[in-house]
Amino acid sequence: MSDARPKVEINCTVNGALTTLHAFPMARLLDVLREDLRLTGTKEGCGEGECGACSVLIDNVLVNSCLVPVVQAEGTEIKTIEGIASHEQLHAVQQAFISCGGAQCGICTPGMVIAAVNLLERNPNPNEAEIRNGLAGNLCRCTGYMKIFEAVVRACQKGEATETQRHRDG
Amino acid sequence: MTIIGQSVPRKEGRDKVTGQARYIDDLHFPEMLYGTTVRSPAARGRIKNISFEGNIPWDEFVVVTAKDIPGENVVALILLDQPYLADEFVNHPEEPVLLLAHPDRYLLEEARRNVRLEVEPLPSLFSLDDSLNRKEIIWGEDNVFKAFHVEKGNVDEVWAGADFIVEGEYRTGAQEQLYIENNGAIAIASPADGVTVWGSMQCPYYVHKALLKLFGLPEDKIRVVQVETGGGFGGKEEYPSMIAGHAALLSWKSGRPVKIVYDRAEDMVATTKRHPSWTKHRTAVSRDGKLLGMEIDFVVDGGAYATLSAVVLSRGTIHAAGPYSCPNVRIRSRAVATNVPPHGAFRGFGAPQSIFALERHLNKVARTLELSPEEFRRRNFIQEGQTTATNQVIREKVDMEGLLRRAFELTDYEEKQKRFAESNRTSRQKKGIGFASFMHGAGFTGSGEKYLESVVGVEATPEGRVRILAASTEIGQGTNTIFAQIAAETLRLDYDSIEVAKPDTGNVPNSGPTVASRTTMIVGRLVESAALGLKQTLQASGLLKDDYTTEDFARACRQYIEQHGALKSFSQYKAPPGINWDDEKYQGDAYGAYAWAVYVAEVTVDTVTYEVRVDDFVALQEVGRVIHPVLATGQIEGGVAQAIGYTLYENVVWKDGRMINNQMTNYIMPTAADVPPIRVFFEENPYAYGPGGAKGIGELPMDGGAPAILNAIENATGVSINHIPLMPESLIEALGGERV
Repeated sequence: MSDARPKVEINCTVNGALTTLHAFPMARLLDVLREDLRLTGTKEGCGEGECGACSVLIDNVLVNSCLVPVVQAEGTEIKTIEGIASHEQLHAVQQAFISCGGAQCGICTPGMVIAAVNLLERNPNPNEAEIRNGLAGNLCRCTGYMKIFEAVVRACQKGEATETQRHRDG
Repeated sequence: MTIIGQSVPRKEGRDKVTGQARYIDDLHFPEMLYGTTVRSPAARGRIKNISFEGNIPWDEFVVVTAKDIPGENVVALILLDQPYLADEFVNHPEEPVLLLAHPDRYLLEEARRNVRLEVEPLPSLFSLDDSLNRKEIIWGEDNVFKAFHVEKGNVDEVWAGADFIVEGEYRTGAQEQLYIENNGAIAIASPADGVTVWGSMQCPYYVHKALLKLFGLPEDKIRVVQVETGGGFGGKEEYPSMIAGHAALLSWKSGRPVKIVYDRAEDMVATTKRHPSWTKHRTAVSRDGKLLGMEIDFVVDGGAYATLSAVVLSRGTIHAAGPYSCPNVRIRSRAVATNVPPHGAFRGFGAPQSIFALERHLNKVARTLELSPEEFRRRNFIQEGQTTATNQVIREKVDMEGLLRRAFELTDYEEKQKRFAESNRTSRQKKGIGFASFMHGAGFTGSGEKYLESVVGVEATPEGRVRILAASTEIGQGTNTIFAQIAAETLRLDYDSIEVAKPDTGNVPNSGPTVASRTTMIVGRLVESAALGLKQTLQASGLLKDDYTTEDFARACRQYIEQHGALKSFSQYKAPPGINWDDEKYQGDAYGAYAWAVYVAEVTVDTVTYEVRVDDFVALQEVGRVIHPVLATGQIEGGVAQAIGYTLYENVVWKDGRMINNQMTNYIMPTAADVPPIRVFFEENPYAYGPGGAKGIGELPMDGGAPAILNAIENATGVSINHIPLMPESLIEALGGERV
């Protein structure tokens, strides 16, 4: 928006790197990530917090970045899809999405992967109902969700608890 | 080596799970402007005045109207009735009238709201009933875009001798495709260099064809590139021609790259949806449960312009009589005009509508005969050697009864029916189980494939890898992976040694649109034969022996390229033998092959909250050979989820021709918490003319969900409901409850 107020300086950590942003305070975190930082893995699907395509983690809490004014990012740790794999090594959730067919068109996938990673961090062995509820804020129009559920289960089975732990610590 | 039948990793899987895949809104060009569309506030009328108001620096804006169009102001598709920008008249709400571009997209949005269109209203039509009754003539002489008439046997003679005549009427609503990525395009256009467009799309050559007319340029001056596409489902079949044209017009005038990406509200209110439909059945049956005659009247609401309605109608018409043998059939169908945004392609393409009507109606016929729905169908299922409504002789092995038997075993159907009948007596939660049996034709209807004359190329790269050249797009369904599997299998190479070129009309031949469940069966077959051509060339040149490894093949390719410069092989579609179609009479072989299916739904209807829940869903189908089990299962699961949405959740609310719930907040699609277990099973019966024996499957899963669920609701409640979407409000009415 053409904001009457001037841009402000915001200091935060994005995918492990200290970052200083200069943005209008009410700019959407989604736009700042995509446009200022060119982290385009975070997608816009609906712009009103329904679809979850813009999911990111702020201090390990899953949020819709389209609903977050960037001013709220001050002093936080933000993780986007670009920060989920460590270098060439995919996170087990990402690997499971590939092998189970959890990604089709791929537009919901970054948000869905973030939500699944966050779910497993909170609950390393979720049951089916917990998986469904944990991902209910992320819409997918391609898969009918079955292969996404499979991927989450596969990621747990592959000793994902330890992998997740490593990521949390790392 | 068999790669066909294996679930190899999706080609672009890694990019998608890491967020590296670049979609249209992720691309940025230097000096790029943002574009937007000013749309009609009225459903129908004459544009009286356009004024630029507010405190906006208008001189900074690029403004394009119909007067700026260098070529013809029509979106070239089947008929040439739809303008890119309305000139004097508007024919539906949200019709594009004027385009704006500016470097600041926030100021652009403010400017859009400050363009005032004054439209003198004209009488308008908002329902297919009003259009049929010619309450007003809004298109042509009679509001009819297209009509078909299919005639088999002599229907007029069956009524007198029939033991029972059963009639019924059925309605289906609009449905939004709701791909999670909205429509978008970026264009660079100038008189000197021509037009290049990047976009989210299913059919690059449709866009190419439309831009040729819009700009009046030669073919080689128009280039269309598909970028990673976040879902289509038909919704990116025709509309990308519109948005690509708009971006290109703004670029043409400004001399700068222009990006137009819709937000969700604009995408939902302005772009195409599934055609609403009305079907009337009149069926003659004998006491022993045999179909004697079917008379079917099928009407779809096409919206304001012809777009693809004629072909949607065609597919709906041909599927209207289903996988049953009936000696006398008459189907009359019409696509009619209304003043709503044009309805368009959506997975199933008319078939979900007419199959819904048929599969609900046959339950009514069975009830009249005091037969179970399954017994009545068993007595009428089409068999090998019998004919469909268009007199197509089914030459493949078809075993609908076997599919029904297996589907019942997989769901414990009969046992559950008994158990539910017992528990329903005392519980407020009424449980039911129901099914639908149906088929879906793969590829273009009738002579469509013959006219398309699709071409696929396969080339060797300088590194000795194999690259497939096709305009068929990857939109999530797995085109890249399937094509690579087919080529790898044909050439006996490693899957990883096969690449698939990005669909770019400057670089790939026209393999036709990515629609109609045709990509694997029709285009995949061309991949197979083009790949074979590559190998034959290498062998004829003496560079490749009969027995070779992937590395031998790569070496042979490199040597050939060193000697001859390039190695390419092309293959063009030829109809399999014995396919004959009469476009005039609408008779003959409508499709090269059909997928056959029985879907079973189990539901709970809460008689206090009027909520319907699907508890279990089994999708059993015969689709020829399954090339990639994970992708194939994923197609079916996704299609079933869309069908559940179509049936129970997705309600387009209209007001004066405009969708008013154009948000994900109030247009509800199934979430992870809503979908039942979707259990998918395949019978494999290789099709002789499909690659590796495959038939098409993309649209099939959209067809059976709605009737299976409503048949299950009927089983649960004893109440027959014949329209979708079924919202709780209309369930209250149907069950005789009172609104609180």
